[in-house]
Formats: sequence, C-alpha cells, structure tokens
Amino acid sequence: MIRLKVNGVSRQFDGEPDMPLLWFLRDELQLTGTKYGCGAGLCGACTVHLNGAAVRSCQTPMKNVDGKEVVTIEGLSAKADHPVQQAWRQNNVPQCGYCQSGQIMQAAALLRQKPKPTDAEIDAAMKGNICRCGTYQRIRQAIKQASNQKA
Amino acid sequence: MNRIELVTRRTFLGSLFSAGAFVLGARLLPMDALAAGSKAEGAAWHPGVYLGIETDGTVIIVAHRSEMGTGIRSVLPSVLADELDADWARVRIEQAIGDAKYGSQNTDGSCSIRDFYDAMREAGASARMMLERAAAEKWGVPAAECRAQNHQVVHAKSKRRLGYGQLATLAAKQAVPKKEELKFKSPAEFRYIGREIPTVDRDDICAGKGTFGMDARMPGMVYASIERSPVFGGKLRNYDDKEARTVRGVQQTVVIPAFKPPHMFQALGGVAVIADNTWAAMKGREKLKVEWEPGENADYDSAKYKQALLETVRKPQKVARNAGDVDAEFAKGGKTHEAEYYAPHLSHAPMEPPAAVAEYRDGRVVVHTATQNPQAVQDTVAAALGIDKKNVECHVTLLGGGFGRKSKPDYVAEAALLSKAVGKPVKVVWSREDDIRFDYFHSVAAMYLKAAVDDRGRPTAWLQRCAFPSIGSTFAGPAAVYGAPFELGMGWTNLPFDIPNHRAENGPAKPHVRIGWLRSVANIYHAFGVHSFVDELAAMAGRDRVEYLLDLIGQPRRVELERGDPMSKKFPLDTGRLRRVIELAAEKSDWAKKKATSGHALGIAAHWSFYSYVATVVEVEVDERGKIRIPRVDVAVDAGQIINPDRVRAQFEGASVFGSSIALLGEITAAGGEIQQSNFHDYQVARINEAPLITHVHLVSSDAPPAGVGEPGVPPMPPAICNAVYAATGKRIRELPLGKHKLA
Repeated sequence: MIRLKVNGVSRQFDGEPDMPLLWFLRDELQLTGTKYGCGAGLCGACTVHLNGAAVRSCQTPMKNVDGKEVVTIEGLSAKADHPVQQAWRQNNVPQCGYCQSGQIMQAAALLRQKPKPTDAEIDAAMKGNICRCGTYQRIRQAIKQASNQKA
Repeated sequence: MNRIELVTRRTFLGSLFSAGAFVLGARLLPMDALAAGSKAEGAAWHPGVYLGIETDGTVIIVAHRSEMGTGIRSVLPSVLADELDADWARVRIEQAIGDAKYGSQNTDGSCSIRDFYDAMREAGASARMMLERAAAEKWGVPAAECRAQNHQVVHAKSKRRLGYGQLATLAAKQAVPKKEELKFKSPAEFRYIGREIPTVDRDDICAGKGTFGMDARMPGMVYASIERSPVFGGKLRNYDDKEARTVRGVQQTVVIPAFKPPHMFQALGGVAVIADNTWAAMKGREKLKVEWEPGENADYDSAKYKQALLETVRKPQKVARNAGDVDAEFAKGGKTHEAEYYAPHLSHAPMEPPAAVAEYRDGRVVVHTATQNPQAVQDTVAAALGIDKKNVECHVTLLGGGFGRKSKPDYVAEAALLSKAVGKPVKVVWSREDDIRFDYFHSVAAMYLKAAVDDRGRPTAWLQRCAFPSIGSTFAGPAAVYGAPFELGMGWTNLPFDIPNHRAENGPAKPHVRIGWLRSVANIYHAFGVHSFVDELAAMAGRDRVEYLLDLIGQPRRVELERGDPMSKKFPLDTGRLRRVIELAAEKSDWAKKKATSGHALGIAAHWSFYSYVATVVEVEVDERGKIRIPRVDVAVDAGQIINPDRVRAQFEGASVFGSSIALLGEITAAGGEIQQSNFHDYQVARINEAPLITHVHLVSSDAPPAGVGEPGVPPMPPAICNAVYAATGKRIRELPLGKHKLA
C-alpha cells in the first residue's frame, strides 16, 4: 500500500506501483486540473509539486511518491489567489488553457527558488512547458509581475 | 438576413431556462441561401442564437460556437449583452449541444464573429426593445420614453425603473420587433464591444477547474486505448491479446472495423484495449501483438514524394487564374528569375490530444467531447452506428486547442462504437503518439515561381505553380488529386499584385495520408512561396523590401477575384488597406532605421486571408553557430471592426508563435508509409526560449465589417522569418523548416 498526501489530504493507493502519479490524480482522485499532454516528460502539462519541487507527474511512478506530499493546481492556494494565479488573471494569460495548470505550477516553483528571475532564468525554468496557443510572452510578463518586477 | 422570434420553452432542452423566462431566438438565414439572393424568401430558417431572461434577472446566453482558446464563447455573447444593455456580471453563458437549430456550429475558418456579429446585435436589440415596450405597458407611458440601461428599463420623466427580471414575463408577451424597427447602439454607447472584458473561462482555467474533453466523465465509464494501422488504410490481418489481458485493470479488447473509403471523419479502425483506467488501457495496448496488411500506401516515402511534387511543378499544369500572356512576355528574352519552394506535412498537435466519452444506450448516444463541430459529431456517430442523428446528443467541453484537428470527430465515432460493443460508457484517450501519427495532416506542398522583370526589377510576367495533396481527398477519396477552389483561393489565385501578365497553375498530387485543414490552411505554403519569391525579386533589384512591396501591390484598388466568392461584396480585397498595414508595420518596427547587419536583420511579409490584412515584420538574430533568435515581431492588422482588442491581440501573439513553429521546426515525414514522428521530441513546436520574445500587435482602427482573426496571423510568419534570415545571412531558405538548414 502506497500512502501519500495530495493537497493536504491523506490518500492510499494499492494498484500497480508503476502507474504514473498523473493517472492516479486524474482517474482515481478526479483531480483533472493536472493534464495529460505527452506521457513522456516533454510538454510539462502534468506538472505538480512533489515535496515542494516541480515534477512531471506523467514520469513519476506511484512507487516513488510513498510518504510524500503532492500539491496540484487545485491545492496551490485556498482561493486560487497564489501570486502566480493572480498575475495570470491580470495578464489574461490563458487562451485554450489546457497547458496553464502546468505552466502555473512550474512558475510557482520557479518563484519559490528564485524570487526575481531574469529572462534567461525564466527560459530555463519554463522551456519544458509547451503552450501551443503561444501565450509565452504573457507567461513571461505574468511571472515578472508576480515577482514584483517590471515586465 | 436574420429573423428574431419568440421561442417557446418546450422547443429547448427543458432544463436551460425556468418556466417564467423570456426566451428569444434569432433565426439565421444559411449562407448558401444568402448567396442565392432572391431565393432567400423560400429558404429554410435556422435558429442561430438564443437568449433568455430569468425572472430573477439572470440573462442566459447560449454560446453555440466552441471554445478552443479564441475567447469566442465569451466574446460573441458579450456582443448580444451589449446591445441588450445587460450587466455582464448577471449574464450566464450556456454551451449549446450540437443541433442544427443553431445554424452552423463549425468553429472553423475564423468566421464566428464574421458570421454572427450582426445576428447577436439583432437578438440583443430585439430583446431590449421588448423589455422597453413591456415597461411602457406596465407604466402606461409611450415606449419611446422608456430606455433600457444596465439591466433596468428607466422612465426618466417619472424616475421609475424596473429590472429586466421584473419585466421578463411581460416582455415575452410583446410582439417581436421587425428588423426595420430595431434601433442599434451607436459605437459611443457600447459597453462591451471594443472593450477588453476577460473571458468567462479565465478564472476557472487559472484554478485548474475548466473541463476539457480529456476531463469529461460519465458514471460507470471505462477507458480505451486503440492500436491502429501504422500505414494509412492498412487492414487488420490478425492479433493476439493474451498478454494484453493479463495487465491488471484490462477488461477486454474490441476490434473496430476499418473505415470504408472515402474516410471522411470515420473511425480509422483498429484494436481497442478496454480498461479500468487510462494507464491500464495504454499498458495493455503495448502488450498487443497485431499484424497489419499495410495496403497501397505502404510505399509512401516523403523524400521520394517531394521529388515527385517538384517534378510536377516544373511542368505546365492546370490553369487556375490567368491574366494577359505570361508566355509571350517570357519569350521576349528579358531578365527572368525562377525558384522552387517546398513545405512539409505538419501535425496540429493541440496540447489536448483527441478524447471523447460516449454512452450508447437503446439506440441513443450521449457524448461529451472537445469538438469544433458538434453537428459533425452527430452526423459521424449516426453514420457509424446506423442511427438517426437526432439520437446523438453531443455536449461540447472546452477544447485544449483545436487548430482544425477537432473539426474532425473520428475519435468520437470510436468512443460511440466501443460503447455499443461493451455496453458501458467508454472514454477514448488518444496518446500524443496517436495524435501525431494519425492526424489529418496539413498538406505537404511544392511550388515553382518564375517572373520576367523590367529594368527596375518589377515583374512584367509572373508564373506560379503549386502541387499538394488536397483536403478534398478526405471527402472524395484519393481520386481528388487537384487543389480545391477554396484551397487555391487561399493565397494562390487571389494575389493582390499589380502585374499585367499573370498565371497561376495547380498540378495533381495523390494523397497517402488523411489530409486536413490546419490553422490558416493552404495560406501557409502559398504565402511561404509567394512572399519569399517577392523578397527574392526585391533582393535581385537591390531595392528596399517595403518600398518594393508597395510598388508591387500598386495603387489602392479592388482586386477582381477569379472565383465567385459570395462574401466578396462584403469583404472585397482592397489593396489600399493592404498598403496601410505594410506602412504601419514598417513604421512601428522602425524599418527605415534598422539596417541589416551580419547576423541581425528584419524581414517582412504581408498577406490577406480570412478577409483580414496582415503585415508582419520579424527581427531575427543569427549567431555564429547558426542559432536563430527572434527578439521582436511587429504585426499590423486590419481586421475591420474589433470586438475584443485584448483577445484579438492574443490571437496574433499566438499566431506569431504558431508561425514560428512552422518556420523553424515543424516537419512530418513518412517512410514505408509510416509516419516517422511521434511526440514532442521529434515533432518539435516552439518553446518559450525559441518563440519570438515579444510580438507587438498594431490594430488598425476600422468600421469595416469584422473579419477573421484566429488564423490570418500565421501565414506571413514563415516567409517574414526566412526573409529576415536572408537579410542577416545571405542564405535563402526555400524549404521549410529552417531547422534543417545550416546557417553558419
């Protein structure tokens, strides 16, 4: 039996230990804010926080999350008011929105590590997250705004 | 054009409006009847949009177009709300199910605002007048003294006011105003039109709450992953599912029969693994042993096919547009220039791969899916199961990107067929590999251009030939080898240049995969060939590109289009407007001052598509290792009247990224009939560090009818980037993507 916390709630899993966290979140817990985009760690749509670090949940087998804490977009803040989420709204970042949970989780992890990232640091942290609608310039703008920097 | 009438609640989905609600339907005349002119009177009327006002004052507006990121499901209703003078905070938007009564729901071709802006205003104005008349009746005063104002009707003289909710029941009893009675707001009175109101989905998305097709659920559903023939049209020879069925969570396998040509939107066919969850279905599928009879497309090889397309365009082909005498001009023996261009297949790769959940029960199907065209879902599912389309109920979720892929509901047919086979709701999930390998691919294309030029380098004759497998083949089968008129009308037969002798030709090309439309469609390759060639001619003449382009376009005039486009009266091709966006893009990008240096230059391309005028200036840096950076893009746009400037800018910002993916990275190839790419490692799309750092969008203020904005930003990008690369490096790129070429 694998035990973990998801958004502060204790959860158990007794299925295939190789099953990626992504599908546990989506199919079992119905936390569908975390998205499937590639299943290969190439697009970042499935990004969640594992003990505070951004990880690709499609590449994280359940056996590796025993005893750990997972935070998804649904648990990032109590009222969807994390500074990154606020900045995302203020800049009208989303178009289709499918990748944005992953973008927001990645950006939130970046700002925890580097409260005032440079353009190069934003590129390095965010280049694993694809947005096919092409909202990158607003993502950059929103990250700077959330870190109290002029865009 | 539109007819507004009261609709009884019974004609609706029962639950949408409550019993006392005032419900109004606008009936839209279909486009073909419009084009037919006088026959209009006798044509069938289709309801297009609906709104209702509840007695508590809630205004419900039905969004009948699909939301894939343009904001349309907010922006169209905001037009109606504006004309109704409703308080946006009290408007609730309901997504329409697929139903012919709404008119076209095919969210495609950058046409939602273009086709429905007037209808939305008429519906809003009609309801507003009926509310005013209801108030007048209640107060016993002339209707002319009553004015709707922010969700209330006000009688200024007596200082009385009543909310829309209080008036709803009485308003429903008023006669529906005739069209000539309607009074529309003046632009100065607009509350939402021309303003930047956020979309209704924005906050849900930022909270991870938006429901996409991939997120849809039905009670008791099972999950399916489908193994399909790696070669298009291949047939199942045999399969062994013993090992697959040992995977924990796998329930059974089901064979989906192969499609019958033409493929249209039919399920491709294959072997489905049904399981308790998505992962088990995918794992089980990996354990399937399947043998395919590859069939006649097994020799499809992109390298060979490219040569065949190029051979085709080197020879005279079918004439699609002709003016003057190109051959006579060439025969004079003056200076000429010729070039060949090639652009590969592309895959849509929306971030959300295709997904659908369907339940078949007692001859009826209920579907929840991400689709651009819920009525095509009805048609396709009905045909697949042999039921009436009235028995297909299609609920439309948010779309995690569409780009044309989700107009083609083959994945929904799969879910419905599987549900019938297993007797439970089935959710079909396409993996990214499925999405890229089994797409309806954007067409590969080859082009040949030749011009004779005068002593200033201006063309006196211009010949252009293209060949590409046509979208027509998806509907008519592989015998449809020529470009369809709508494809040739996308930047091939409608060039705005002032050239006395001009011939456009199109050669045949046999399809070997499913061909589909992708954001801006045939404009992509046509614009790449044409606007690269213009740049070559300007370079040969040693002239400034902007000055040359303006000279080539000539004086402001209306271009006579070869094809009888029913929309051309409302949306003529006006070269004056094209000149203006070129001048604006040049001005905003500081074109005149930024001279090209080695490794750093600007490039320009201007293209008219979806009735919008777009000029794009791209700034490019190429370092000593040949690596490209795009620090800045300036896009000047005349798309007529702009409804939501923020969402329009977002579309052009996004198109600039989408266009840079095409220019720099995108290529789908086939070998032995099989698609060689499968995921984002080998089918790359622009990431944050590769996309343009910033795109400045400059909107021309215009009161011309609103034209398209979702697609027209894409076509100028690849040629503008390649033209900038030429200016920076002297290397002319005639084959996309740029990533294949060594620039250092």
